[in-house]
Amino acid sequence: MNKKLLMGNEAIAQGLIEAGCQLATAYPGTPSTEVLQAVIDNRDEAVDPLHIEWSVNEKVAFEVALAGSYTGKRAATVMKQVGLNVAADPFMRTAYLGVKGGMLTIVADDPGPHSSQNEQDTRLFCLQGRVPILDPASPAEARQLVPLAFELSEKYELNMVLRPTTRICHSRQNVVPAQPETHGRTADFQRDPTRWAATPAFLPALHRKLNEKLAQIAREPAVQPRLIAGNGSKPRTALVASGIVYGHLVDLLTDLDLHGKVDLFQVVMPYPLNPEFIARLQADYDRLLILEETYPVIELQLGHPGAVGKQSGLVPREGELTPDVVHQALALFLGLEPPAESPAERRGQRPSLCPGCPHRAAFYSIKQTFPQGIFPSDIGCYTLGMNLGAVNTVHCMGACISQGAGFYQAYLQDGEVPPIVVTIGDSTFFHSGIPALINAVIQQARIIVVILDNATTAMTGGQPVPHMGVAAGGAATRAVAIEPLVKACGVDFVEVCDPYDQQRFMTLLRQADQHARSPEGGVAVLISRHGCIMEPAVRQGQTRWKVSIDERCVGCRKCVDAFECPALKMDDQNSVAVVDQDRCVGCGTCLPVCPVAAIVKEESR
Amino acid sequence: MKQQIIVSGIGGQGVLFLTRVVAQAGVLRGLPVLTAETHGMAQRGGTVLSTIKVGNFASPLIRTGQADVGLLLWEANLSVHRPLLKENGRLLINAAQDGEGERIDAAGLARDLGNAVLANLVLLGLAVHKQALFCLAEECEAAIRELAPARFVDQNLAAFRLGLDPCHSSHCQELAERE
Repeated sequence: MNKKLLMGNEAIAQGLIEAGCQLATAYPGTPSTEVLQAVIDNRDEAVDPLHIEWSVNEKVAFEVALAGSYTGKRAATVMKQVGLNVAADPFMRTAYLGVKGGMLTIVADDPGPHSSQNEQDTRLFCLQGRVPILDPASPAEARQLVPLAFELSEKYELNMVLRPTTRICHSRQNVVPAQPETHGRTADFQRDPTRWAATPAFLPALHRKLNEKLAQIAREPAVQPRLIAGNGSKPRTALVASGIVYGHLVDLLTDLDLHGKVDLFQVVMPYPLNPEFIARLQADYDRLLILEETYPVIELQLGHPGAVGKQSGLVPREGELTPDVVHQALALFLGLEPPAESPAERRGQRPSLCPGCPHRAAFYSIKQTFPQGIFPSDIGCYTLGMNLGAVNTVHCMGACISQGAGFYQAYLQDGEVPPIVVTIGDSTFFHSGIPALINAVIQQARIIVVILDNATTAMTGGQPVPHMGVAAGGAATRAVAIEPLVKACGVDFVEVCDPYDQQRFMTLLRQADQHARSPEGGVAVLISRHGCIMEPAVRQGQTRWKVSIDERCVGCRKCVDAFECPALKMDDQNSVAVVDQDRCVGCGTCLPVCPVAAIVKEESR
Repeated sequence: MKQQIIVSGIGGQGVLFLTRVVAQAGVLRGLPVLTAETHGMAQRGGTVLSTIKVGNFASPLIRTGQADVGLLLWEANLSVHRPLLKENGRLLINAAQDGEGERIDAAGLARDLGNAVLANLVLLGLAVHKQALFCLAEECEAAIRELAPARFVDQNLAAFRLGLDPCHSSHCQELAERE
C-alpha cells in the first residue's frame, strides 16, 4: 500500500482501526481532537463492528470504553491532558481492577502550553496512578505503539496509556497503512464482584497484584529503552530522551556531526522503568543528560547522581523543549560551543473572536449593560471575550458557574453585590456546567448565567453538542434541549435571544439582573443563541450586508478597541476606522458600537 | 535532498492548506516528509506557523537560523519568524508594498480571482516560479488536485498559476498601466 502523509492524530486513529478497536470514545480538546475525528472519517475500514461516540465529558468517555473492555472487546478513549483530571476518578481505580479486552487511554499533553490551561505531564499522573505509559517520538511511532499497547493491555489486563504531545498530534509524516485486524469477539462480561465491584476488603490483594504486574511489564522486551551506541569518544556519558524531544536530539546530533558518537537512549515507556535499566545506567555512566517533557519523570525514577535535567536545573523546568532549548542544554552538557543567543520569542498577532462571531455581540452587550460587573467565563473560543474586557476569570471546564456563585457568597457577606454575569459555552455547559448550576440554585446565588449557544463545539473544530440531535459521524439521535434542562435545575428566569439583536439582548440582561435581585428571585439564565459563524450554513443563512464606514468617522477607535472585530482597523494615515473587506462577513453587529453612526450597511450585491 | 521550510501567517489565511500542498508534493516525489502545524486557539486570527522538513529528519521543528525557505502570508510576522531563516534563506512574502525578500501582492491577485484566501496558493506559485522550493509546478498541481475539495480545484489551480506567472494577470497589467 502507498505511504500516506498523516497527522499524528490521524496515524493514531489508523492504529486504532488496524488493531481492531471496537469502542472509541472521546471528548474533544486540543491537541487530541483529530484522533476520534479520524476514526469517524475512516470507520468504513474497520472489519469488526465499531462504536464511536463524542461523549459528554472525559469521565463518561472513559467509563463507556472501560465497560466495553470488560466484555472482552478492545476499547479506547481519547482526551487532552486536563481531560484526564476530569476522568481521574475512574482512571485511578481502573489501575487496581484492571481490564479484560485491550484498553487504551490516549492522553495528549501540551507542553508549552499552546492551547491549554496548564502543561501538566500525564507521565507523572501515571506514576501516581500506577499505569504504564508509552511516549512516542513521531507520528509513525505513535501508530506502531497502538497495537502493541493493546497486546500488552490484554497480556497484563491493565489499562495502558499512550501519550502523544502537541508536536506528535499536529505533525504530519509518511505512514504506511496496514490491513485492519479482526478479532471476531462477542461481548462476554464475566461477572466477578470481587474484582469489578471490589470493596475495600479486596483492594489490598488487587493492589499487590498490580504491583506484581508493573514489575513484569517494566521488563517487557518490546518497550525497553533503545540504545544508539556511541563510538566511545564520550566515555561514561549518555543522553536519555523520550517523546518528540528524542527526535529533536537526533536531528541536532546529526547537524553537529555527533550522531553515533555518544550513547543515546530513547525511553519508550517512561513508567514503569525497568529496574535493570536504572541499575545499568548507575553502573556504566558517570554523566547523563535527561531530556523529557514536561516534568522530570524519568529523572526522578533514575535517581542517578550524575544526571542533569529538569531537577538539576540545566534543562528549563517549564515550557516546551524546542530544538533551540535542546541545543542550549546539549552544548552546556558536552561543553560545545553554545548556540547563538536565540532572539526573545515574540508572540505576533493575538487571536480574536472571528468576524461575525455571535459571542462578540453578546460580550459587547454584557460589558455595556454592566460596566462594573464581575465576569467569570470558561474554556472555549469565548475565552477570547477577554479582549473585550468581558471575561475576568477562566479556570477549567465548567468552573465559571461555581466561581460566579462563590463571588456572590463572598460579596454578599459585605452587603453590596455587583452584577455577576457568567458566560459558558453550550458544550461546556453539558460537560460540567449542570451540577454547578444546580448548586448555584440551591445555594441561592443570585447570578446571571449566559449560555453562549452556537450549536457546536467551536474551538476544537465543530464537534456535535447534545442539544442538536446529531451523533458522531452525523447520524440522527435524540436531542437534549437546554431550556427544559435549565428549568429542571430550578431556574425560574430562562430567556433565549439572538445576540445579533443587541437591543433585545441588553433589555433581557437588565431583566435578568432585576430577577436576580428581586425578593423571590434567584439564578437567571439567558441563552444567547446564534450558530457559529465558522459553519458555512450559518454564513449562508444570514443576510450579508455591505458594511462600510463613512465620512462621519471621528477616529475615536471605539469600534476597533471596544468591539475588537478583526475586520475593523485604523487607517493611521487618515486617522479613521476602515472595514477590511477581505475579512468582513457583513453581519452588521458593529453598527450600534459607533457613537456617531458612521458605520453603515447596505444590501450587498 | 533536504529542505527546511516555514509557512507563516495568521489563522484563517490558509496556512494549513499551503503546508499540506507543499508536504504532499514531497510525498509524491517519494521523499520522507515531516510537518508541524498550529491548531487550537491561535487559529482564531492569531499568528500561526507551520514547518515542513523534506528529506531525512527525525523532528518536525526547525531551529533558529536553519530554515531554507520562508513563505510569509502575513508581513507583520516577519519580526517574529525571520530569525528561523538561514542567513542566505529565501523569503517570499505576500505584501503590496516594497521591502525585504521577494514579494507579491498575493492578496490583491487573489481578490481579482474573487477570494482573498487564495493568496496562499498565489504565494506558492511565486515560490515555485522563483525556484525557491524543492518541488516542481507539476508536483504542486498534482498535490492541489489531491487535497482540494473537487469544486474548488479549478479556482485553486488558477491561483497557483497566477503566482507562477504573475505578469499575465489583469492585476499586474493594470499596475503596469498606472506606472
